[in-house]
Amino acid sequence: MNMILVIAAREFKTQFLSPLAWTILAILQFILAFLFLKQVETFIMIQPQLATMDNAPSLTDITVTPLFGIAGIIFLLVTPLLTMRLICEERRNKTLSLLLSAPLSNTEIIIGKYLGSFGLSALIVLLITIMPLSLLMGGTLDFAKVFANILALLLLTGAFSSIGLYMSCVAESPTVAATSAFGAIFLLWILDWSTGLTDKPSELFKYLSILRHFQNIQSGLINTLDISYFLIFISFFIMLSIRRLDKEHLQK
Amino acid sequence: MTVLISAKQLTRYYGKHCAVNKVSFSLARGQILGFLGTNGAGKTTTLQMLCGNLAPSSGEILINGFDMLTQPKLAKRSLGYVPDTPPLYKELSVDEFLRYCAQLHGVPKADITAAVQLAEQRCGLSEVANRLIGVLSKGFQQRVGIAQAIVHNPDVIVLDEPTVGLDPLQIIEIRRLIRELGQEHGVIFSTHILSEVQEVCTDVMIIQQGACVLNARIDELPAEKSLETIFIDLMQAQ
Repeated sequence: MNMILVIAAREFKTQFLSPLAWTILAILQFILAFLFLKQVETFIMIQPQLATMDNAPSLTDITVTPLFGIAGIIFLLVTPLLTMRLICEERRNKTLSLLLSAPLSNTEIIIGKYLGSFGLSALIVLLITIMPLSLLMGGTLDFAKVFANILALLLLTGAFSSIGLYMSCVAESPTVAATSAFGAIFLLWILDWSTGLTDKPSELFKYLSILRHFQNIQSGLINTLDISYFLIFISFFIMLSIRRLDKEHLQK
Repeated sequence: MTVLISAKQLTRYYGKHCAVNKVSFSLARGQILGFLGTNGAGKTTTLQMLCGNLAPSSGEILINGFDMLTQPKLAKRSLGYVPDTPPLYKELSVDEFLRYCAQLHGVPKADITAAVQLAEQRCGLSEVANRLIGVLSKGFQQRVGIAQAIVHNPDVIVLDEPTVGLDPLQIIEIRRLIRELGQEHGVIFSTHILSEVQEVCTDVMIIQQGACVLNARIDELPAEKSLETIFIDLMQAQ
């Protein structure tokens, strides 16, 4: 456990030594702040109509949910960039042998790397959360719903990171890792689209689609099915990554 | 003398190509084993197997009594490895990097600062401790590579061509360091330079096309023949 944290801490800090992490943080924050302000403006504009409606959407529904929804889409683009170097660059720079000849198990290496990279995503989620919290100065928020959104986004980025990590284990170069991770995530994202085309949507595709589970949790319907989908997803790709690293010293 | 490394019948195939064929040897504390061979003879493959970076196709490796295949964690505890390309995180400073290595090897928190300082001192890195590894010259990077392998004070130190690309003065320094390390540790290093082996090592091992062709103490070698003649004779005998 201790070693996992050592690797995770190193990985987390190393990300900030390259301009990539800073650039991503800055751009994300800028885009999302813009969107957030747009949503707040919308709310102010339609507020008089909302007052006359029964069961009207609340401030949280109009600002927080779309903000986190868009953040999910942006993570779809950004996570592959954050995870692409994890194993692949170490292998390329021949630094992987440092980890392989240290008294560590491959499980520790992979989980450490995963947590280090997930840490940055979690930090981004935290920064996004601060925006709606600023509304507390003049309004009220539905905290249960805010929490559901945070949980949904964390699970989503966790799943994205795990797939990115696996691609980084498999691929020869970071670019290939990022491209394949993006392809895999995007495919899972759009699987749901095909289900709307026919009268009898495929239950399997419906279950596999990551978007559906994300939106379920986001809407506040936190149930075991959706949570376990993400947890199984994450453990599956972490296990695949460990297996891939195990094979590292078998072949060349 | 305690046996630190015992390798038995090590064999490694890459596909159908046999890179290392039934190589056996052992190493005790206080021994410095020079590992010689032409390009592609299987030196690096053997060293990678010793350090658990590569699984042997068959054979057994015991490091300090622990089997590398069944108890890799315990075996790797007594091991410091400098691969042919030193594994360095160029974006870290020497100090940060060595601290990380010490942590990875399970050096207790309270001892890390002392261990890092000692390793820096032994490898002549004290002056550059706060500089980024990426901006250091190749010679200094090589030294950081060695410091990384000795920071946790392992019983066995394995170096893969540690003097390649260094200037003559640096080579002399690294050789002095290896000799110093050999007094309390067991050291294996591979090289192409025959005089280096004669000067530094207590033992020599020559492999050719994956098979061990000579494994002897330096002082047992026939005195009238230089190591160079012996090496060339062996290579031509193939």
